[in-house]
Amino acid sequence: MKRSITALIAGSLLAVSFTVLAAPGAIEGVQKQPINFSAIAMFMVFVIATLGITKWAAGKTKSTADFYTAGGGITGFQNGLAIAGDYMSAATLLGLTSMVYFKGYDGFIYAVCFFIGWPIILFLMAERLRNLGKFTFADIASYRLDQNRIRTFAAMGSLTVVCFYLIVQMVGAGQLIQLLFGLEYNYAVVVVGVLMMVYVTFGGMTATTWVQIIKACLLLGGGITLMLLTMAQFGWSFENLFTKAIESHKMGEKLMVPGSLMADPISALSLSLGLLFGTAGLPHIMMRFFTVPNAKEARKSVFYATGFIGLFFLVTMILGAAAITIVGTNPAFFEGGQVGGKLIGGGNMPVMHLAKAVGGDIFLGFLSAVAFATILAVVSGLALAGASAISHDLYARVIKKGTATSAQEMKVTRFASVGLGITAILLGIAFKDQNVLFLVALAFGVASSVNFPVLILSMYWKGLTTRGALWGGIAGLVSSVGLVVLSPTVWVKILGNKAAIFPYDHPAIVSMSLAFFVTWLLSVTDKSARAAKEAEAYDEQFVRAQTGLGAAGAHAH
Amino acid sequence: MSQSNIYAKIRSNPKFAEMVGKRTRFAILLSLIVLVPYYTYMLLVSLQPQLFAAKISEGSVITIGWPIAALIVFGGWLLTGVYVSRANGEFDSLNEEVLKEARK
Repeated sequence: MKRSITALIAGSLLAVSFTVLAAPGAIEGVQKQPINFSAIAMFMVFVIATLGITKWAAGKTKSTADFYTAGGGITGFQNGLAIAGDYMSAATLLGLTSMVYFKGYDGFIYAVCFFIGWPIILFLMAERLRNLGKFTFADIASYRLDQNRIRTFAAMGSLTVVCFYLIVQMVGAGQLIQLLFGLEYNYAVVVVGVLMMVYVTFGGMTATTWVQIIKACLLLGGGITLMLLTMAQFGWSFENLFTKAIESHKMGEKLMVPGSLMADPISALSLSLGLLFGTAGLPHIMMRFFTVPNAKEARKSVFYATGFIGLFFLVTMILGAAAITIVGTNPAFFEGGQVGGKLIGGGNMPVMHLAKAVGGDIFLGFLSAVAFATILAVVSGLALAGASAISHDLYARVIKKGTATSAQEMKVTRFASVGLGITAILLGIAFKDQNVLFLVALAFGVASSVNFPVLILSMYWKGLTTRGALWGGIAGLVSSVGLVVLSPTVWVKILGNKAAIFPYDHPAIVSMSLAFFVTWLLSVTDKSARAAKEAEAYDEQFVRAQTGLGAAGAHAH
Repeated sequence: MSQSNIYAKIRSNPKFAEMVGKRTRFAILLSLIVLVPYYTYMLLVSLQPQLFAAKISEGSVITIGWPIAALIVFGGWLLTGVYVSRANGEFDSLNEEVLKEARK
């Protein structure tokens, strides 16, 4: 029943947005307006519909289980869409297309790196995550280790990744709105931050999940429509598409082969490790595994999510390659009309210009509204993950030692969501004009070196002890953040020093190895009674991880 | 019967060992099928980029790099389907038997 109501809301949202899409098309002169009314109208429809869902979800959100995991009642297919919605951020749409636009084939390598973590998450982690976790990934990390120290540390790891990722989304939001509505960057950041607080604070995981699902459908639908419109212009021929791209791009034939991005094998390896295992350490993604009723549905969600994500990545590759010809040779998209100069709106905008070129202002408006909705959905997932780290892990478990009432915990969660919203707004403003995709890589570096090692070892290695996990995590955190600060992008480009102290932008190869090594060393040398007890507890944990016996079940409504 | 007795019973059930062993081996096998080509690809992209410059056919401008990358993505997804069908079918039936026998 509830599901059908939501489907109805989602359906009417689609219907309304298509009506809006069609209506202004008949009105001449929309193009000349400095403000894109169709974009604003479509975005408003999304906002109103999602606020409606939030209101409905708020009525359903009575317990902490409702708040953190939507009561565990999401199906595998729904969760797959929502995971895809969480993962396909505005940075993916804008960043990957822009990478293909500027660097050609290198953009595809990047996309493969972003994708490849998914099958591995399914094979090695999905069922264990579902069977062991309850609300947060710290539940698993601290399953048989010291509740205070490991939980605190895992929560801090989550919050660090959440903050990095939030910056990315906020910067994307600001850039988009600047281009579309002619509004101040800072206003956009504030709008996103405030809406995010409303979704998460009132609607919890239920609202966040449905925002993700709707957004994933809109993004996939929008991307595929744009691809079809674009391919029609090339006579449905890839041959034609690439021939023209080679003619139009200053790289010429080099567009079609691997270039400078991966020229250094250590840098390439570090990037791929960071993206592969970083995906498996993203707290907002891990959290999605607790929203389904059992391991069966958890596996199915990864299957659907992987399919949608892969499809979307392939679509973005085509869009990027098409933009080379359609956007790259049109003076209307360059500042001062100078082809090859600076793109209007910045380097992340090729796909938006492409939408305008092949679909007109209305389609640009639609895609912009979708991209904006995308940012909203992703930040909501992040804020929820961050808020649960604060309220469930730090407040309820560590500070209150499990004695907090459900009402108290919910209250803290809501304060935490508001706090994260304000933090996100401030960080978004502080990080204006940074490359979006690079910041994603930064978040992945930390996720792979802090969250992933403790998570995977706690599930797979009997010998893991509190001491090892704690010091390994600290080593991973200090080295990944430290190395990113010393990397060319931060040390040279942002801080203005002459030469980078650490030569690679992606720290994973060093920081992840270090985290694993320190964890191992300090675990095997740990001869304390606690360590022996922790190893003993592994057997029961193993049975639960494998069979689901005793796993947190779906919450009955 | 206490919880830990059930756990002990499950651990001593040969079917549990069979299920865990089969599923673990299958997961590792599939992971290798994904990771070995992926890291081979990454290393070749980095060290031997010219290998990817060959054209997909005579007179085409498209290099083999594009379909290879697309294949890694598509193949990765197909393998998730393979895993889910076997894990949700064969392995889960075994798992249910194990749980049923433990509760007896």
